[in-house]
Amino acid sequence: MNKPHKKNGAVWLAALPLYLFTLVFVLGPLVYMLILSFQKRADVWGVVHEFTLANYQNILTPVYLETFVESFRLALTSTFFIVLIGYPFGYFMAKLSAPWKKRMMLLLMVPFWTSSLIRLYGWIIIFRAKGTLDQLLMGLGLIDKPLKLLYSYEAVVVGMVYALLQFMILAVYSSAEKLDWNLVQAARDLGATPFQAFYTVTLKLTLPGLLSGVILTFIPSMGLFFIADLLGGNKIVLVGSLIQDQLMKAHNWPFAAALSVVLMILTSLMITLYKRVTHSNELEGIL
Amino acid sequence: MKQKNRLPHLFLGIVTVILYLPIILVVVYSFNESKISSVWSGFSLTWYETLFRDKDMFQALINSIVLGLCSSVCAALIGTLGAVAFTRLQARSKKPIEYLSTLPIMIPEIILGMVFMTFFSLIGLPFGMTTLIIAHTAFCIPYIYMLVKARLVGMDPSLAEAARDLGAGELRVFLDVTLPLLAPAIASGMLLSFAMSFDDVIISVFVTGVNVNTLPIKIYSQLKTGVTPEINALCTLMLAATILLVALSSLIGRLGKQSTAQKED
Amino acid sequence: MLKGISLSVAQGEFITLLGSSGCGKTTTLRIIAGLESPDTGRVLLEGKDVTQTPPNRRDVNTVFQNYALFPHMTVAANVAYSLKLKKRPKAEIEQAVRDALELVQLTGYEKRMPNELSGGQRQRVAIARAVVNRPKVLLLDEPLGALDLQLRRQMQQELKALQKSLGITFIYITHDQEEALNMSDRIVVMREGRFEQIGTPSEVYDLPKTSYVARFVGTANILKATVQSVENGVAKLQCSGGCGMVQTLHYPLTAGQEISLAVRSEQIEFSNAPDACGIPATVSEKSFAGGMLRIALRLSDGSEVVASRHGIDLPVKIGEQVMLTWQAFHAVPVDLEAPHE
Repeated sequence: MNKPHKKNGAVWLAALPLYLFTLVFVLGPLVYMLILSFQKRADVWGVVHEFTLANYQNILTPVYLETFVESFRLALTSTFFIVLIGYPFGYFMAKLSAPWKKRMMLLLMVPFWTSSLIRLYGWIIIFRAKGTLDQLLMGLGLIDKPLKLLYSYEAVVVGMVYALLQFMILAVYSSAEKLDWNLVQAARDLGATPFQAFYTVTLKLTLPGLLSGVILTFIPSMGLFFIADLLGGNKIVLVGSLIQDQLMKAHNWPFAAALSVVLMILTSLMITLYKRVTHSNELEGIL
Repeated sequence: MKQKNRLPHLFLGIVTVILYLPIILVVVYSFNESKISSVWSGFSLTWYETLFRDKDMFQALINSIVLGLCSSVCAALIGTLGAVAFTRLQARSKKPIEYLSTLPIMIPEIILGMVFMTFFSLIGLPFGMTTLIIAHTAFCIPYIYMLVKARLVGMDPSLAEAARDLGAGELRVFLDVTLPLLAPAIASGMLLSFAMSFDDVIISVFVTGVNVNTLPIKIYSQLKTGVTPEINALCTLMLAATILLVALSSLIGRLGKQSTAQKED
Repeated sequence: MLKGISLSVAQGEFITLLGSSGCGKTTTLRIIAGLESPDTGRVLLEGKDVTQTPPNRRDVNTVFQNYALFPHMTVAANVAYSLKLKKRPKAEIEQAVRDALELVQLTGYEKRMPNELSGGQRQRVAIARAVVNRPKVLLLDEPLGALDLQLRRQMQQELKALQKSLGITFIYITHDQEEALNMSDRIVVMREGRFEQIGTPSEVYDLPKTSYVARFVGTANILKATVQSVENGVAKLQCSGGCGMVQTLHYPLTAGQEISLAVRSEQIEFSNAPDACGIPATVSEKSFAGGMLRIALRLSDGSEVVASRHGIDLPVKIGEQVMLTWQAFHAVPVDLEAPHE
């Protein structure tokens, strides 16, 4: 019925830049990554065009496997704390009055838009030996020598939680905002205890936000090498740090590509799982 | 019927304070006279002076601004045209292209940096501003595309029809009606893009050339090699700029809401 | 969705497409406007085939259901839009905008933005914008649908007056029979993509051709009946276990013919005379709505008939047995023609 007037030419012309850019600069590099991961590293520099599975086998060696496990553990720990702080934050924020919601949003926006390096630097000041935290605790007489928190596992976790917390808050908030609070009242009215009402109604309905937040924090936390670098020294090696090292220092590109492919597969699995569970196509609160 | 429970507000307050604590510390220490940032030895503007005399830092700032502007403008052009065209295109390749084009903000940045670095060296593109702009455009497009698409979906189709009915051709409809109504979405998309580009460390580290530093790269290397307090001063200035940007974006947001208010009823 | 419809509209006529939602009236309008193309068939404007002409080059303008005012333009810019596209001189545009706004009584509102106007005012701007370059035909898609009852009544009068003074052909869409009866020169009753009946308001109201029209335009009861005898232009009917009458002036009826009969609820009468020609019925329900008393009655064959009266109450009780009668000239035989395919 709705026969298009001969406008297809102009529409295609408008779509062309996106098509070209995406094919050349998104699909192209990704395909090359896949090819690269099956190639051999040259002895000194560059790549030999020869098919091999060695790079993937290499990942299974204990050293590198441990990096994955370690990285995973760090990501899990960070995500755990992010959920612990971010979920109630987003939830309580959605329950504020309208003007306070706006104010809170603005308050959140400033750290969110502030360069992540600046915020990281703030933590360096706090954690550094004889830094703010040490001074405070020593001043209170709780400790008598510096804690040496900088360059520790704990510092990296704090840095990760701090860098990614906003994503969780915004994701939970945007889905709690849409929640019809009458449903909670209805559940209470039907005899649910506050906890039951929360568990059966609120949590179920904010689950997309929560899961989206988990993805938005878990995935980057495996790659944010500069946080591990600046707050963890070289003690903590993330998959991201490993990829960076292989690219920049060891110049083993095929191995870096194989690591990326594995990380990419893990990422896609998580996103697919998210889509399955929530039946939605877009991540909650991504913008 | 409901008791006022203060606990949630307390929680929100404490977390917000912790969010701001590191930022405030950076600002405070930027006015510290001492070179060692853990010791307060009096108010001073020395580090601001040092900063303003640092030519490298200034060049890095210029680079970052140019990069942010170029990539957000490119992304706005490609993303907006694409989003508008995709609402009307009926091609089987549309879905996969749409998926691919938004992929750069779904996958870890480290992968994006890695693939760009290897790909650019494969096709022999010299590393520098060009490679930076291409890489940044790639991760800016999704923001523009998604915001514009959301706005298009919410737009009343009879507005474009009304314009056609009143005598406007395809191009005029786009220029007179569609584009002005998309403007707030494009503007906030560009703002977001600029901020993301301006803040990016990971991807930039991989695709930048030997002689091109962006501000984050410069800060990162300074933080790695030993901190000089001029970084505090720089951070404070950037923070001021950020607050300005946030204010600007919330203003744009408000204007955007005004122009959509009509179709609510 | 539309099935073999054909309609010619005279210059300066006010014609209404009346039908429930989904009957195809909006599609018909969009085809005339050029916003949709028909699979087959043609649209002629003053004898010229414009079927393939895009909407921007048709001398036809539309007032959209939700007004579709450009939210980023002032009232004046909205109204001036089509003239600017035609590159008319500035002074001429200004004059035309002033005239158009005066026509819809919105002088002084030039600088307002659409979101600063009330529903009724937006409506007027939409009309001004559509008539400013004097199209040959103005299409109006349920323009009063979003307004409250009082404003709707007032706008009906204004629209009618406006149409008369401009002399432009109006093609008007509504699902509201009162609106259609009030304003139109002719009404087209649509149903499932077909034209059910085309006629003046009084034709459609007084002489509905089908039971659908009878029910949709005003509320009529449809009764099944068999013609017993025809005498002096009046047919005597056997009808739902009783007796009824219908005039045969416009319709040739013969004895033995089975027909459907439309009788409006306000024309159903109650009779106590034991020998009256009527149908026995039981009062089953009484309700009061919109200044009318509505009495539901059950016939011996189980079907329901509705009678209505002005006033609060009638001396009939629920459960009471009554005799229903009507004047022969108040009954109309419907569905005489075989329904078209």
